[in-house]
Amino acid sequence: MGGATVLKLIAQRIALGVLLLLAVSVLIFAGTQILPGDVAQSILGQAATPQALENLRRELGLNDPAYIRYFRWLFGILQGDLGTALSNNRDIASALSGRLANTLFLAACAAVVSVPLAILLGLLAVRYRNGIIDKAISGFALASTSLPEFFIGYLLILVFAVKLQWFPASSTVYDSMGFLQRLQAVVLPASALTLVVLAHMMRMTRAAVLNVMQSAYIETAELKGLGPLKIIRRHAFPNAIAPIINVVMLNLAFLVVGVVVVEVIFVYPGMGQYLVDHVSKRDVPVVQAVGLIFAAVYITLNMVADIAAILANPRLRHPK
Amino acid sequence: MAEVQSKARPKTRGDGPLLDIRNLRIEATVYPPGEKPRNVVLVDDVSLKLERGKVLGLIGESGAGKSTVGLSAMGFGRGGVKLTGGEILLNGRDLRKARAGGLRQMRGREVCYVAQSAAAAFNPAHKLMDQVVEATLEHRIMSRAAAEKKAIELFRKLSLPDPETIGERYPHQVSGGQLQRVMTAMALCSEPDLIVFDEPTTALDVTTQIDVLAAIKEAIRDTHVAALYITHDLAVVAQVSDEIMVLRHGKLVEWGGTRQIIKDPRQAYTNALVSVHQIEHQEHAPGETPVLSVRDVSASYGGGTVKVLKKVSVDVFPGQTLAVVGESGSGKSTLARAITGLLPPLEGSITFNGRTLANKLSDRSRDDLRELQMIYQMADTAMNPRQTVGTIIGRPLEFYFNMRGRERDQRVAELLEKIEMGKGYADRYPAELSGGQKQRVCIARALAAKPKLIICDEVTSALDPLVAHGILELLLGLQAEEDVAYLFITHDLATVKSIADSIAVMYRGEVVRYGSKSTVLTPPFDDYTDLLLRSVPEMEIGWLEKAIQGRKMAGAGN
Repeated sequence: MGGATVLKLIAQRIALGVLLLLAVSVLIFAGTQILPGDVAQSILGQAATPQALENLRRELGLNDPAYIRYFRWLFGILQGDLGTALSNNRDIASALSGRLANTLFLAACAAVVSVPLAILLGLLAVRYRNGIIDKAISGFALASTSLPEFFIGYLLILVFAVKLQWFPASSTVYDSMGFLQRLQAVVLPASALTLVVLAHMMRMTRAAVLNVMQSAYIETAELKGLGPLKIIRRHAFPNAIAPIINVVMLNLAFLVVGVVVVEVIFVYPGMGQYLVDHVSKRDVPVVQAVGLIFAAVYITLNMVADIAAILANPRLRHPK
Repeated sequence: MAEVQSKARPKTRGDGPLLDIRNLRIEATVYPPGEKPRNVVLVDDVSLKLERGKVLGLIGESGAGKSTVGLSAMGFGRGGVKLTGGEILLNGRDLRKARAGGLRQMRGREVCYVAQSAAAAFNPAHKLMDQVVEATLEHRIMSRAAAEKKAIELFRKLSLPDPETIGERYPHQVSGGQLQRVMTAMALCSEPDLIVFDEPTTALDVTTQIDVLAAIKEAIRDTHVAALYITHDLAVVAQVSDEIMVLRHGKLVEWGGTRQIIKDPRQAYTNALVSVHQIEHQEHAPGETPVLSVRDVSASYGGGTVKVLKKVSVDVFPGQTLAVVGESGSGKSTLARAITGLLPPLEGSITFNGRTLANKLSDRSRDDLRELQMIYQMADTAMNPRQTVGTIIGRPLEFYFNMRGRERDQRVAELLEKIEMGKGYADRYPAELSGGQKQRVCIARALAAKPKLIICDEVTSALDPLVAHGILELLLGLQAEEDVAYLFITHDLATVKSIADSIAVMYRGEVVRYGSKSTVLTPPFDDYTDLLLRSVPEMEIGWLEKAIQGRKMAGAGN
């Protein structure tokens, strides 16, 4: 029962996500068009003759009106063709896929640790609210968030790579590496990312659950003789799930999109490093492609959060 | 019906009374803004005894401490409330000395709780059945299968529809009256010795209240559970209690058998509670031309999808009161919204003071706005907490009459006199006033505009009976002085009898009965008006059974 309403809501949300992604693609395309500089010029260099420039422009279709170039770009992407990098003439899609996989691996490692840890710490903070445990958890989480990620990164390298020599300082990974080797390589960057995103999720979990703890049904549970942890787990948490999922998804998106600095510090061959490299080379097609992938990750994860919130609401799942 | 055999661990069964509270003192720390935190005494030196299987009614106005006393029987203090003195002996053990684990052992097993708002007291995320059997399973009183069987049996006993499957629903899928009965089933499921009922029918419509009340009474009788029944309505408590205890300002006023308390109260305060409601109001004959004439007005929410008013026609005459009665969802507040222009009607016309009113609020003239004022149910939320009483009452004087300075202050003082509060209150903030005083300020604010008609939307519903009584007398007095007409929206028929000249009974968006007070309240009745009239609790032992038997139609939402 009620499936139709929920399906309709979810379909609407997905349609909205697709629309949003299209709008972002327009923005990205327009943004890179506004940038000064000429692609043909940057390929051929300052010494190129006007005739050579003109020929290359025609070849690349740069003389066509902007909307035609936009649709050509868009249809290319829909067919999996992200274009060619200007700097080294390589196919962007094939160069990116390995990088994207690396970034997703790092993000997943950080997420697998940080999400359960943040929620657990948040629930513990609620259980011992305003007490010493709550304050210790909050203090630690806030401190780790306040420190910039490059600082945390270098600190981790100093302690665990240089002094203790437990983990490598540079997180280089190859295709031939085994899973465990890879895992060992990403321990430090994943820890740095975990420390960065932990507090936000933990504080939000704490706030959302505390908000629910004011409800009359919590008192009902208390008057049934339930213990505090059981009350939090069974009665408060399920009703706080929607805001928690929201903040978790935002942080997951950050793990994918916001890793640029951490990847550079640990020399990790992910999307972030790839992006930074090509920004400095003014390689517009690469910047466009990476921007679009980042946007897609953001929009998808937020869409998942919204859909999860819809599914978590019993009023929507089971209408009257 | 075969009783399910329980495998309950034997509960401590002393020979003494089930509940014995001695010299109970309860305090709370309050944090007034800008002042040092201080302790206030909520309950002082209250003692009570409750035998097994008996029902004790705790009665008093809000702030009397009755809920606080009721919850103390579970060793529980809401918010920062602390049980600071005396003894609370349940089955011979003192709850004040019990540790947290010991209290948990007892809550949900020996004593259970039924809250005022079942809608808020059920967790929206879980099925009803899981919540009903939760305490029983937590304390390992029965297996899940046995507990669910027991719950279904209780659902049946409490006359819930589809007792076999209602437990599969979520709280939002059943009505308020049903939820209140499910909560009673939840309290009974673990076979406790004592149930604390905290205003279990107060949030319900009268027509629903009567059924829930009957169900609770029957369940108490059949299961021999003892109960503390907390309410502010003496007529309700008279139906279910063996004894009644009257509380005021956290102190015991009077304690006696139900019959003695309602027939022969010994204390003046009890007497005042018993004899409230008695305003004799002589109805006026309708005048020549109505001040407000509503003709065939229909209105709906959601762009026509939910029709809430269907061709409603009523008249209000100058200086008179039209009472609009009906249960929640009958469209009476929507009628007020249509008249004030907050919800433009789909069709029909509204004539006010000889002029046709524009449908939309924004199209109305300032005089239209001035002459049609409104007073709300929640005086609290109808006033800006950061403005003084003087500012609040002075605002319409500035806005409509351009009064300033001394002239305005003088008029504010006059208005404060009129509402029997005096000009000393002009500098106070709403938070410093009692509920009745707040409502009086709202009345003064409405009067300041010199209106022809005031719409009163459930203005006494949130108030204690004695305070409400004072507000009604004030409104009647002001009507005689100022010749203002009232459109009085209420679900309470006792209030209607005290104040109305004519009555419109609404049911599902339609006016089902309309006329002068005497004709509307004289038989023969239509089925709905009959149900409404029979559902109003009367302070008479045995009223409940008579009322249930005599009615022609069952209440809605069952």
